[in-house]
Amino acid sequence: MTEKVLKKGNEVIALGAIHCGCDGYFGYPITPQSEIMETLMEEKPWETTGMVVLQAESEIASINMVHGGACCGKKVMTSSSSPGMSLMCEGLSYLAGSELPCVLVNVVRGGPGLGTIQPSQGDYFQAVKGGGHGDYRVIVLAPFSAQEMYDFVWLGFDLAFKYRTPVLILTDGMIGQMMEKVELRPQKPRLSDQEVAELYGSWATTGKPTTRQENIITSLALEARVHEALNQKLQAKYRVIEESEVRFETLQCEDADYILVAYGSMARICESAVELARSQGIKLGLLRPITLFPFPVKEIERMIPQLKGIMSVELSTGQMVEDIRLAVSGKVPVTFYGRLGGVIPTPQEVLDAFKTNYMK
Amino acid sequence: MDIKDIIKPENIVYQKTKVLTNKVMHYCPGCSHGTVHKLIAEVIDEMDIQDKTIGITPVGCAVFGYNYMHIDWQQAAHGRAPALATATKRLYPDKYVFTYQGDGDLASIGTAEIMHACNRGENIVVIFINNAIYGMTGGQMAPTTLIGMVTSTTPYGRQVDLNGYPLKITELIAQLEGTCYVTRQSVQTAVAARKTKKAIRKAFENSNQKKGTSFIEVVSSCNSGWKVSPVQANEWMEENMFPVYPLGDIKDR
Repeated sequence: MTEKVLKKGNEVIALGAIHCGCDGYFGYPITPQSEIMETLMEEKPWETTGMVVLQAESEIASINMVHGGACCGKKVMTSSSSPGMSLMCEGLSYLAGSELPCVLVNVVRGGPGLGTIQPSQGDYFQAVKGGGHGDYRVIVLAPFSAQEMYDFVWLGFDLAFKYRTPVLILTDGMIGQMMEKVELRPQKPRLSDQEVAELYGSWATTGKPTTRQENIITSLALEARVHEALNQKLQAKYRVIEESEVRFETLQCEDADYILVAYGSMARICESAVELARSQGIKLGLLRPITLFPFPVKEIERMIPQLKGIMSVELSTGQMVEDIRLAVSGKVPVTFYGRLGGVIPTPQEVLDAFKTNYMK
Repeated sequence: MDIKDIIKPENIVYQKTKVLTNKVMHYCPGCSHGTVHKLIAEVIDEMDIQDKTIGITPVGCAVFGYNYMHIDWQQAAHGRAPALATATKRLYPDKYVFTYQGDGDLASIGTAEIMHACNRGENIVVIFINNAIYGMTGGQMAPTTLIGMVTSTTPYGRQVDLNGYPLKITELIAQLEGTCYVTRQSVQTAVAARKTKKAIRKAFENSNQKKGTSFIEVVSSCNSGWKVSPVQANEWMEENMFPVYPLGDIKDR
């Protein structure tokens, strides 16, 4: 029997963490995502599942606590918003370089600098292209509903452990603060220390028994060829992820002459814009990337022959549009429409922008 | 009598602990790191906690500490070892978790992490190597560099008006309610090393009695960074470092 609740996106991130058997959450307050830690503190999961919840002294400490917890083979996570994510990028690079599983949530607000607490999608580059130093990627999931906020914590941990890589849930203040109906899943028990040692003892710092060599988790390799091999191993993993983990949704794309591409909160607006266009006889569709890395390149390539144009719609000055252009490779016109500062365009405004770009 | 007649199990009076690996250490001859590593390894061996100990190495000369002990290791970003240790100990409350950090790592870039881990009273052991210099990067000024001391970034000596004062972080740490044992030791003589080993043993025992954080500063020499011989380095340390960083327990409860 599943339970249905009416909750904010941020709140169900917290519930998703508890229910999926997360072992530890480490975070620092920042608007607009503080409900995640507040909900966890209210739920007191340490009394039920044994999950550790700790308010750290900074985002830097939070991500490094995640680093330590991930080394232990435990399911650990943190959440923040844009300025805090910038502080976490060093730690994220270490986690990726050390091949450690974890889940991060960025409830994006407007930047640069202190910016605004209003919703934004301005951290696409940071999330998808790396953010920290070095050649690494993280799997980026972009929920567009409170239900997906909940579900993607589960999915995030599955992918993180499948590939031993950080998974970033990239959302924004609108999805985080919005209340919606969410179907909750039954509690999954946390793994015991014994189970963790059996499952992840080949690499995790679970304490060295006499039966195995010590596990050393590091991203350091000073010998040139060793370090090159380490990077090649990471890249090979990213290629497998690109082959196997692309997720997207399409709306009215079968006969579309044009498509909008939008993720997260903007995909919600674009759904309505597509309906509006269809009511006026315009053959418009929507491609909603659910994974931003890996990006649905093949799906875009597949649609190219039928398309007269693509418009990327983002709450930024145009970031995802670059990945669309790479996928299209000049074969179809690609335009962009974006709003900033927390200004959320209406479906009509999106359609007007589309008409300005393609119907004149 | 031939040497082979002497090297027999029944004649062994001392041998390397099995917790230490056989790898040749990368530390310079005369460096204190090797001695402190050996003492930690011996304590782990004597307490029979090899399977329950998780170490966290810093960024600095001791980054490769993980090569020298047969225990599980995590390698942290610069200054952040106490954050990794916090999560590790909370997720594995029955394990023994220690950080091993230098003065740049702990007392400069990592001040926030060490202060807050100690203030929360994390049940971890902190080994703090203070040699008043950045060894790994080639001898730059550390927060603990003495007034007047020449380093590659204080070529005319550390000046108060430019660089402030040597940071006595161990005294600051002792003020925090979360710490149960704060001591300053050294390893330049056999007697000093034995005292340090006793302190390390006590710190490890504290950590599973949930008494709070145990913090051990080891005033150390870096003859390469100080550009003197190992013997001169020890003499210089006793003459100049000990008056600023006096040895002994600061807190024990």
